[in-house]
Amino acid sequence: MTHVIVVGAGQAGAALSARLRQQGFEGQITLIGEEPVAPYQRPPLSKKYLTGELPIDRLYLRPASFYADQNITLMTGCRVERIDRAARRVITPRGPLAYDALVLATGGRARRLPQALGGGLDGVYTVRTLADVDAMAPEFVAGRHLFIVGGGYIGLEAAAVARQRGLTVTVLDASSRILNRVASAQTADYIRAQHLAHGVEIIEGETLDHLTGVSRVDGALLSNGRQIPADFAIVGIGLAPATELAEAAGLDVADGITVDALCRTSDPAIYAVGDCASFPHGAGHLRLESVPNAIAMAEAAADAILGHGTPYRPNPWFWSDQYDMSLQIAGLSTGYDRVVSRDSDRGKSFWYFAGARLLAVDAVNDPRAYMLGKRWLEAGLSPNPAHVADASRELKSLGTS
Amino acid sequence: MAKITYIEADGTEHVVDIATGKTVMEGARDHNIAGILAECGGACACATCHAYIHHEWFDKLSPANPVEEDMLEFAVDTDPSRSRLTCQITVTDMLDGLIVQLPES
Ligand SMILES: Cc1cc2nc3c(=O)[nH]c(=O)nc-3n(C[C@H](O)[C@H](O)[C@H](O)COP(=O)(O)OP(=O)(O)OC[C@H]3O[C@@H](n4cnc5c(N)ncnc54)[C@H](O)[C@@H]3O)c2cc1C
Ligand code: FES
Repeated sequence: MTHVIVVGAGQAGAALSARLRQQGFEGQITLIGEEPVAPYQRPPLSKKYLTGELPIDRLYLRPASFYADQNITLMTGCRVERIDRAARRVITPRGPLAYDALVLATGGRARRLPQALGGGLDGVYTVRTLADVDAMAPEFVAGRHLFIVGGGYIGLEAAAVARQRGLTVTVLDASSRILNRVASAQTADYIRAQHLAHGVEIIEGETLDHLTGVSRVDGALLSNGRQIPADFAIVGIGLAPATELAEAAGLDVADGITVDALCRTSDPAIYAVGDCASFPHGAGHLRLESVPNAIAMAEAAADAILGHGTPYRPNPWFWSDQYDMSLQIAGLSTGYDRVVSRDSDRGKSFWYFAGARLLAVDAVNDPRAYMLGKRWLEAGLSPNPAHVADASRELKSLGTS
Repeated sequence: MAKITYIEADGTEHVVDIATGKTVMEGARDHNIAGILAECGGACACATCHAYIHHEWFDKLSPANPVEEDMLEFAVDTDPSRSRLTCQITVTDMLDGLIVQLPES
């Protein structure tokens, strides 16, 4: 192994490159990214970077000197156009580059509203890149009206920032409720209440007919005929994994680039990690969109490239900050049949069970519930649901089996 | 600016200058010092930036807020007499000379 090329200079690409060096890899590493900047953290884009609390120099994952010091060739502003698998080369506008191992860490693109629904109007933004957020930042002026399509974490975080900055905010979620894909009704109720208390209007179970405006958005028309004026709009309706390079190269793709337990695609010289990759999980495959997954999967792939890989098994967790709410999530709630909630002195936690088995915990301002829940999940332990619900019982004292 | 000594679990010492306003976690990350993962990037959500503060310094730091305390209570290998989340410690001139011991990661 002499040359590892990583396509995508995001969270996963940066972690993979760093891990290779940390594990003693002495060959060439080329990290190629389409964005014009060095790898940075995306989570603050809808949180402390958007509020202005986190300056740009603290957004970067590593200082610029890191890449040179580690002998990692970082090529920014360079979009890989094609993979030539037969010749083991990637084709870039700056010429072809030969690889021994190739890693696809291409993340994904924010889904946009179709043109017909007004997705192409000026003043309509998505939230995925630094450029997206820098473009929308001047719109965050007190008194203006922000219309948000999609009540997922990113949309709700943007809503919280906008309210804190004195904007009027309306959130529309076409499904029956906010956070429908990612959290229980109980968690959503709790979070909704916080947004309502902060003056956000939340409309659930209504669809958007289209965003109105001639060249620039000036409002939204809902399918029920209601018109909502708006000065700008944010569309937060999910991510489309960036699979086009893999597809064009004939690799297996199905909601993400399909990989095996060692993060290898259907071509054993090509790996895929992070938001773009779908890995074996249970009886099927799973694709996660989170920083912890991007890092852990990148590290697993780096080890596999170096010949000492072990099957990738995620310990999923996630966080979100809205107002003074700090939400921490451990586990995967898919398949739960009941949710038990538990009050603590400062917050609340929601425990997802399938039968007697603990699947996940959503903790709001309750780091102890999160930390304990995460440890139990990692150890395969489950507390008794009835005991969880009983706030008079100390969390620590809950027996697990 | 403060000179901070980071000691890795294997004893390797790094003495580095960290700009005022950055956190002790960011100082480690910027200098590629192993042992501080900082997965959440400083959101006080992960506890992967946990480290031990030298006993001569522990009491000189502004105390942990309740969130950090709760995180530490259930994090792995913590010691109430010297554990902190390094993303919650902001560097000031007062911290010149700080010694941070990194856990086995
Ligand atoms: C606003 C926002 C808030 C978030 N909040 C959280 C949070 O609180 N907690 C959490 O865990 N996760 C959060 N996430 C998700 C997290 O940021 C992602 O899971 C993580 O960034 C995934 O890393 P990645 O490297 O797989 O993809 P990315 O970070 O998206 O990096 C992929 C890179 O590949 C580049 N690329 C794609 N195609 C090519 C090509 N052909 N040639 C060259 N380069 C290419 C892209 O330009 C991009 O820079 C958030 C995401 C967003 C957008
Ligand atoms: S970096 Fe996550 S808690 Fe400090």
